[in-house]
Amino acid sequence: MSIDISIVISGQAGQGVQSIAFTLAKVFTRAGYFTFTYHDIMSRIRGGNNSAIIRIKESPIDSIKTDIDLLICLDKEAIIKNTDKLKDTGILIYDGDKIKLDEIKPNYFSIPLEKIALEIGKNKLMSNSVATGSGLALMNWNLDGVIEIITQIFKHKGEDIINANINSVKAGYDYVKKNFTGKCPCEIFPLTTVKKNRLLISGSESIAIGAVASGLKFYSGYPMSPSTAIMEFLTAHSKEYNIVVEQAEDEISAVNMIIGASYAGVRVMTATSGGGFCLMVEGLSLAGMVETPIVIVIGQRPGPATGFPTRTEQGELKFVLNAGHGEFPRIIFAPRTAKESIYLMTKAFNLAEKYQIPAIILVDQYFNDSYWTVDSSDINKEEINREGFLKETNLENYKYKRYSFAENGVSPRIIPGTQNQVSYADSDEHTEEGHITENAEVRVKMVEKRLDKLKDIINHINQPLYIGNNLPEIVLIGWGSTFGAMKEALDLLNEKGVPTGLLHFSEVYPLPELKLDFDVKTVKKIYCVENNATGQFADLFELHTGIKIKNRILKYDGRPFTAKYIIDKVGL
Amino acid sequence: MITKEDYISNDEIAWCPGCGDFGILNAVKQALVELNLEPYKVLIVSGIGQAAKLPHYLKCNTFNGLHGRTLPVATGIKTVNNKLTVIAVGGDGDGYAEGGNHFIHAMRRNPDIAYLVHNNQIYGLTKGQASPTSDINLKTGTTPFGNFNIPENPLALAVAANCSFVARGFSGDVQHLAKLIKEAISHKGFSLVDILQPCPTYNKLNTFQWYRERVYKLDDDKDYNFSDKIAAFKKAQEWGEKIPIGIIYKVERPTFEDNILQNKDVPLVHQPLEIPDVQKLLERFI
Repeated sequence: MSIDISIVISGQAGQGVQSIAFTLAKVFTRAGYFTFTYHDIMSRIRGGNNSAIIRIKESPIDSIKTDIDLLICLDKEAIIKNTDKLKDTGILIYDGDKIKLDEIKPNYFSIPLEKIALEIGKNKLMSNSVATGSGLALMNWNLDGVIEIITQIFKHKGEDIINANINSVKAGYDYVKKNFTGKCPCEIFPLTTVKKNRLLISGSESIAIGAVASGLKFYSGYPMSPSTAIMEFLTAHSKEYNIVVEQAEDEISAVNMIIGASYAGVRVMTATSGGGFCLMVEGLSLAGMVETPIVIVIGQRPGPATGFPTRTEQGELKFVLNAGHGEFPRIIFAPRTAKESIYLMTKAFNLAEKYQIPAIILVDQYFNDSYWTVDSSDINKEEINREGFLKETNLENYKYKRYSFAENGVSPRIIPGTQNQVSYADSDEHTEEGHITENAEVRVKMVEKRLDKLKDIINHINQPLYIGNNLPEIVLIGWGSTFGAMKEALDLLNEKGVPTGLLHFSEVYPLPELKLDFDVKTVKKIYCVENNATGQFADLFELHTGIKIKNRILKYDGRPFTAKYIIDKVGL
Repeated sequence: MITKEDYISNDEIAWCPGCGDFGILNAVKQALVELNLEPYKVLIVSGIGQAAKLPHYLKCNTFNGLHGRTLPVATGIKTVNNKLTVIAVGGDGDGYAEGGNHFIHAMRRNPDIAYLVHNNQIYGLTKGQASPTSDINLKTGTTPFGNFNIPENPLALAVAANCSFVARGFSGDVQHLAKLIKEAISHKGFSLVDILQPCPTYNKLNTFQWYRERVYKLDDDKDYNFSDKIAAFKKAQEWGEKIPIGIIYKVERPTFEDNILQNKDVPLVHQPLEIPDVQKLLERFI
């Protein structure tokens, strides 16, 4: 039987849930498994209840599941919230000295986490490392490699902290070996085919790496969950890759700074969430009018207003589709996985620059905060293609026209400072030179010039992904980060004998004329699956294709989809 | 040698006759010529308002962006191309109302940008409403019973925010203003030149005549030391019978660009594009 293990670590913010999860995900990634970790977090620094959900398989995985094989609880609330999802065969680790339970089932393993932490690590904060060691022992794993990972995680905290954590891991491991050997059903066997090129990477990190790979030179942003990690990653690597990162006073400033830097001639980006993007909207319109390429990453979270600051939703599609006053072209991409986002980022940068337009990347908290095991050889990279600059200036002195009429609407740019030429960019309607005009004829030509680009852009947009049965009775339609759960639902439905297909979009707008691999007329039911309350993509799809999507599986509780949730809603 | 001819734009001027903006345009042109700057090396960012039309009437690189957003755009440009002479131009509504937050933070950052604010204490482009610097009791389209709010004091604000160069000019004295603008451009860091600019159409209070009776030059005051912050803050309060023009405050401190090592030798815009080797970066995640 193939391995598919789900581990949940749950406790208060500040108890070290995330470092247990990271350690375990890293251990099994290095051992050749694929892991996927989702962080279910509250908007607070201490207390509350946070969980990390890790899934471990032998094949790539992009989603979580509900039932739990190994549950590590660091406080009582964690037990109350999670034990209903613990499988009958699952195991609970908790600290019986600290947490008194009314009913103790045979699969509940009490380990004196805090006592060991105080004794060995000299600090009760080491309880999480004791739990890490205990968990690994229960899975009949070994401590090979764990020490290196712990050293890496705590390296900025100094040698004493590193050693205390390592000793605590060992002590937790030894305790279980001594008291409970052979009692855990979720035993994981070392794989024989260990790949050395597997990465453990979060969605935020992959977005940031995609930007670096695309030749990003200037980033300005304002911290906002769940996009802040992108900014911090870029800042940490800014010197190495010659990128300037500036924390702006607000999102209005951030978007205007990148527009300025882009007009000056470099590749630029900002990242935010829906609320911050609200402030950027006038700037988006400015980029549309001055025809300046920018890339905006939006990590969606549930709104309106502050909503659920640390949770997930796909609620901004219609907003970004229509954001900005006036009519101007844009592109919207929504990567399915961390792996795909690296390729899509460069494609977004290339198209934004080629057509001198804004490109928007729609991700979400689920995507940004999750960690994937990715085979580095599977990562597609797009070539950087810097287009649209006037190469040879055979122009007479000072005859350059920033908005010269051109066949596909794209007027060549110059880098301001080019000898004996000047470039006028203007937010007013303007002449070819870039001066303010109120001439009706020029207005019409300029509007058409800007919008004409869309016709050309369509040629660069990929068809959606179609996988599954070629004669489907059921077709699931989705976009962006829902891919993992939808793909798993697809496989399960087909295994059950329900011919099912999955039509999934990561290049969301503009949509090309669709060439579908199945006959819509023979499909019994089409479901659109979206992490929002109204079916925003379903509406866009209807508008684009004329195909009505009556069945919409929607989820707007701030939590991501699981395959089980989708199958339950399909009702088969 | 650069002459005023080099800065002639073919764009038709759309200001009212007698507008204080003409004096500012002439002073900017004179400053650029006297600094012997070639038009292609100069970049003016403007916002929205009558003032923001200024760069169209010059021949130089121009980014005429949104209302209040001059300074973020100018900062973005200067960050990636520190070889350009970057000037930001806007009015009192643009800089002190809509762009107030950016103004404060630009002063904190201290990029090498000269910021010229055409301060006519009124909204011209939208046809005569109160501005943040309108004098108390001024009657306008939005204050028909008189302006009850005390005016913002941009110079005192700038001194308090450690702006590294704070000056006030008067568009009725082009020679003096041109000299101030030259000093602002030459100053390494963020320099504010607040320019008293009469609006003959909508501001019947603060006229050329009104200003001429009140302004005096700080250069003539041998005792005034513009590097003394306390004295500068005090001087910035003067308004009414006597209005000082000239450099109010000046201090040398590191610029925003000084801390951007990525730009040190060659501006980012001119660095050859090397395909970034992210393999190294990816390997750190193994």
